[in-house]
Amino acid sequence: MNKQPDAPSIAIENLHKKFGDQTVLNGISLKVEHGETVAVLGRSGTGKSVLLKLIIGLQPSDSGSVTIEGQQVTGLDVKQLNEVRKKIGFLFQQAALYDSLTVEENVAFPLSRHTTMSDADRSKRVRELLGSVGMDQDLKKMPSELSGGMQKRVGLARALALDPNIVLFDEPTAGLDPITAAEIGQLILELKKKRQMTAVVVTHDIRGAKVFSDRMVLIHEGNILAEGPLAELEKSQQPVVVQFLKDSS
Amino acid sequence: MSIYLASLVLATAISGTLANPRLGDQGKVLKSLLVEGFEWFGELGIFSARVFRATLSPPYEIRELVRQCDAIGAKSLPLVALAGAAIGVVLSLQTHDALIRFGAKSLLPPVIVFTIIKESGPVITGMVVAGRVGAGIGAELGSMKVTEQIDAMEASAVDPYKFLVATRVLACILMLPLLTLAADFSGLMLGWLANTLADPISFRLFFENGFKNLRFSDFIPPTLKTAVFGLIIGVIASFQGMRTKGGTEGVGRSATSAVVLASLFVILADVLLVRLILMLWS
Repeated sequence: MNKQPDAPSIAIENLHKKFGDQTVLNGISLKVEHGETVAVLGRSGTGKSVLLKLIIGLQPSDSGSVTIEGQQVTGLDVKQLNEVRKKIGFLFQQAALYDSLTVEENVAFPLSRHTTMSDADRSKRVRELLGSVGMDQDLKKMPSELSGGMQKRVGLARALALDPNIVLFDEPTAGLDPITAAEIGQLILELKKKRQMTAVVVTHDIRGAKVFSDRMVLIHEGNILAEGPLAELEKSQQPVVVQFLKDSS
Repeated sequence: MSIYLASLVLATAISGTLANPRLGDQGKVLKSLLVEGFEWFGELGIFSARVFRATLSPPYEIRELVRQCDAIGAKSLPLVALAGAAIGVVLSLQTHDALIRFGAKSLLPPVIVFTIIKESGPVITGMVVAGRVGAGIGAELGSMKVTEQIDAMEASAVDPYKFLVATRVLACILMLPLLTLAADFSGLMLGWLANTLADPISFRLFFENGFKNLRFSDFIPPTLKTAVFGLIIGVIASFQGMRTKGGTEGVGRSATSAVVLASLFVILADVLLVRLILMLWS
């Protein structure tokens, strides 16, 4: 529970997760340092998205621990967990914008809940955030009026609203055309440079991940099979790694 | 007999077992239904406790509560008033004919007033709101669940039980008695109108006769019992919505089961509450 000053940004130790009889994560351990961007790769259904949800406490783990900036999050009650969550932004695979709220209200939502900003300051901050993702012309639009790429941008602005130290990206480029996917990848890179944030990016897009990540982690059968920069993974002789890189290129 | 029917409706609504063609063995089906039934009640208990805690702990979601009161109360008003009016007209026409046959025409105003205020108004309001609001809550929360909007809310450090569920449950509790008053009012007015068209009676005479023997204990408990209906509708519809699984098909299932279960429990609660009211106020 006590915060340690020199602790890694995210530390995962021996994490297990099962759904019924199906083992999704089988004792996974991972450390992400401050300001580092780690891309999590793997075939569909290998538990990459589940890993993100365990990090932010959206699902309980069966065993093991997750520590965020030195504070263990496993076993916290809702109130304590919410304090930790304020330090983390989460971009969902389908953006998960609140469909009854406008773009502006979506981004303002975390600010109105967790800050004492005046309406004018909040509105200014929302415009800044949407400006940083190129969406400041669409404040009054509803999510249903936006394309997939635009929704992701708004989702990213919302994830960054509370100025989090850590951002988790769940398939940020999935379902997007190559140009929009490259734009989102570039956006992550810019944010990383500008904000020095820690990021964990679950993706299938190795080409994109090469641009913005410092390190890649390949998950296979519930555990980490290989990790390191792409150049290091490419040297691997493990058949699964070779096959994955071959199929993804 | 009615207990068996209620159990069957309940089992069908909370379980997918009856629709599963692979289970042909009756023993297995029964066992599965029992297990799912106990699981459902257990999960509902845990859900209710969490909502109760979320409702009591600050900060309070006043703005969202007001929005829900508008969505649940104001937007249900026309339908509830219309249903109340229809009941008033039908009651007036039916009882008018029956009471003339028994030579008790003078009892028509009190019969209409007592029937509407003590039972028809509250129950019709409960059923209409269970249908309209139950389906709405079940579908809305179900849709939010399958599109990860509820996860997104939790990830933003906002408790969805407090923001989404507690506000809807409270709005149902607060709005049902008010909607009942509207149903009572429109039922009585249209009851008088239908009566006076068939057999003219002055507005004043109708209501003087009707309310002559009415006591507060005839009016307050039946009206306030609808707050319990509101609690049932809000909790069950939210529960069904929050446990939605399986995409758009799951959303449809949640909306349907929310209406079926909320209506069923409103009827069962009515039976118990009428007995309780009679015990306490007779």
